[in-house]
Amino acid sequence: MKRMGLGLVVLALVLGFYSADALAVRNGGTFQWIAPYGISIDTLDPAATSDDKNILVILNIHRGLFGWDAKNSTYKLDLAESMTADDDGLTYVIKLKDAKFHNGRTITADDVIYSYNRLADPKKSFASSHLLVEIDGAQAYLDGKADHISGLEKIDDKTVRIKFRNPVDPGFQLWRYGTAIVPKEAAENEDFGSNPIGCGPFKLQKWTKGVEIVLVKNPEFYEPRKPYLDKLIYKIMADAAARDMAFQAGELDANLLYAAQYEKFKNDPKLSKHMMEVPEMFTRAVRFNPNFTLADGRKPFSDKRVRQAVNYAINRELIVEKYAKGKAYPARGFLAPTTPGFDPDCMSYEYNPEKAKQLMKEAGYAKGFDLTVIAGTSTAYGAGVVEAATPFLKEIGIKVTIDKMENAVLYQKYSDGEFDAAIASHSSGPDPISIMYRFHSNSPRFKQRGETSQKIDSFEQIIDLAAATRDPAMRLELVKIANDILTEEAVLWFYNYNKAVIAYQPWVHDMEPVGVEMMYQHMDNVWVDETSPRANQK
Amino acid sequence: MFAFIIRRILQFIPTVIGISFIMFVLLNVLPGSAALMTGGKEILSPEIVKKLEKKWGLDKPFHVRYLNYMVGLAKGDLGTSFIRGDKVRDIIGNRLWPTLKLAVAALAIACFIGIPLGFYSAVKQGTWVDTVTMVGAVSGVSMPQFWSALLLMYLFSVVLRWLPTFGYGNGDLKNLILPAVTLGIGYMALLARTTRAAVVEVLSQDYIRTAHAKGLSVLFINGKHVFRNTMVLILTTIGMQFGSLMGETVVVETVFSWPGIGSLMVDSIFLRDTPVTQGCIMLIIFVFMSVNLSVDILYSVVDPRIRYD
Repeated sequence: MKRMGLGLVVLALVLGFYSADALAVRNGGTFQWIAPYGISIDTLDPAATSDDKNILVILNIHRGLFGWDAKNSTYKLDLAESMTADDDGLTYVIKLKDAKFHNGRTITADDVIYSYNRLADPKKSFASSHLLVEIDGAQAYLDGKADHISGLEKIDDKTVRIKFRNPVDPGFQLWRYGTAIVPKEAAENEDFGSNPIGCGPFKLQKWTKGVEIVLVKNPEFYEPRKPYLDKLIYKIMADAAARDMAFQAGELDANLLYAAQYEKFKNDPKLSKHMMEVPEMFTRAVRFNPNFTLADGRKPFSDKRVRQAVNYAINRELIVEKYAKGKAYPARGFLAPTTPGFDPDCMSYEYNPEKAKQLMKEAGYAKGFDLTVIAGTSTAYGAGVVEAATPFLKEIGIKVTIDKMENAVLYQKYSDGEFDAAIASHSSGPDPISIMYRFHSNSPRFKQRGETSQKIDSFEQIIDLAAATRDPAMRLELVKIANDILTEEAVLWFYNYNKAVIAYQPWVHDMEPVGVEMMYQHMDNVWVDETSPRANQK
Repeated sequence: MFAFIIRRILQFIPTVIGISFIMFVLLNVLPGSAALMTGGKEILSPEIVKKLEKKWGLDKPFHVRYLNYMVGLAKGDLGTSFIRGDKVRDIIGNRLWPTLKLAVAALAIACFIGIPLGFYSAVKQGTWVDTVTMVGAVSGVSMPQFWSALLLMYLFSVVLRWLPTFGYGNGDLKNLILPAVTLGIGYMALLARTTRAAVVEVLSQDYIRTAHAKGLSVLFINGKHVFRNTMVLILTTIGMQFGSLMGETVVVETVFSWPGIGSLMVDSIFLRDTPVTQGCIMLIIFVFMSVNLSVDILYSVVDPRIRYD
């Protein structure tokens, strides 16, 4: 009897779970969402931009062979139905789902080949063209040495074969939204960026430039039942304080929080219930120029001990708590906690001013030196952070001057290597190997920055080995070692990982914490319940 | 009069050439690159940057680019935005009306409240009304726009829920009220102070004393003699303000997500989207010159002693 009772309880729970789940998801309603990065959306052509402010809308209009799986923090098949690898580890056969563009035309292998060739077209110089470089022959086409990408082949209407030049993971190469599949008949139009036709869950209905973008449900979306919302409106709102007001007034269904609002929301028992946070794959750090030379000809940053001393000297936990108001995670190394291969037990630097002083002394810099750090205007990773770190560095004799500048100038100096030390936000995911490859002396980035990066032989051997390894578990083990080497070498002053925070109204369901970039919200998963003031608004 | 207008319009041409040259030089020496800004948080590789710069014609020497721009300008072509890929004319065209609407509404609020307030305060010089008005005016001038914007937003949108917090809506009046009031407060205060100063000055003139001695009613003297004589100064202030208003709406536009010229210009400067920046500057100059011309013409209407022959 007892057992039967237990069985019944379990059965009830299981049924309850399924029926609750089935009942819970509700179709319909309008969602008022935000485009918070800047005062306008520039283009809705996925190829023409790699700027997040545009991509956060683009990813709900366009889709590619792969997409991002926020839950598992890895890529997933999207337009691709299946993917099989050939024995050489370079060639993959990809079958397409039955899917249609917004204009009703069925997507075929020709569209994949067309879209990729369009993206790499040397005459078009698209901002996202670099996403394809691992496909065999893409670089030659980009450089104008070929008239198409040789590594793409149509097998039949629904199947395409892609050959890569290195044994890479195709999903990590092609999940980015810049590689979305677009229809030739629309993409050839000059105004494709303003009148996009995609195959994603939403279609563009109206775009009032500088004000809002209105998307409506694509009833023929290839994922059954989705999207749940009838309408999705992106309000272009650059001002965080104004967004906060609009959210409180119920005009927004969700909001991206900045440090000032985060504190308020976190401490409010009601508001904090509807918040989600995630460590984004952005590592805020100071880059050292190993060629930075003192008046006496010595180069302090070419000495590992000086770089380590900086990492020991600064109390990053305190800066995160007081300056960033807790809206960040103190960094333990280069890879972020959501990046595959991150090891929670990895080596890291604790706050230890004595050890820092000792290292400076050993390196012959007991008296310290003067240093100019260039910094941008961002509150999260700009001059303010350097200012907070300055007293700590003074303790070990490094006297810091801050050279504050706007981002366009900072990017230029950063790209040209014109700095002694520079604070910035570094992308640290999602593919640990390709993102760490920037520290490899063979990478274009390393070559471009030339003398401002230091060559680390042990790291290069491990990362090369990881790239050549096909066993995923083994790969990740090697990634962990490579990351530890970068930490031990103190290639950067590791400050923090961004804590991205979204607050949502109580009626909003199934938004996801997205580690690659919080605003990459796949809105086809999201639904609103009856209590939304826009629950029945079409 | 007609000859005067023609002469003034012809003067626009050297002004435009001079300003466009200075603008071109300044934007040219500014460090930073639009190509690098298209990457967002990612620093793009030098090959892509080079390709993009070639696509936008930035590889050509300075004088060639300037000549091309001036030839385009003569044909009414402001060029194409680097980052958006749209015609600058269309981008600005979309944003011109919202900015004009905002500027006119703000100025209307400033005039209809500021001028009578200043006038009244001058007539009641030294009384508590005068003190309160002028303290209010100083506070209005001093209050940062983003602060008054947030206070108004909090009161009318979050607490009372009468007005929307942000946006242009479909050009609805309810969307216009808060941005226009925010922008208008500062100008209203400035106008009140200018009006008061002008009226106080006129009130001390001999002809006003004569008018009083003639036994004319106070209402008649204030309405006919005082007001008309202060108009030249008030008109100048309004004209100058309207001209500069076009470029000063940026804070209000950003806070209220208002799709205007001010925020477009600032955004394009940060992104180094020079064709858009140039287009915005040219537009503001044009508005400024046109308004000044209209004010000059209006002078002769309000003050018959001023004549353009």
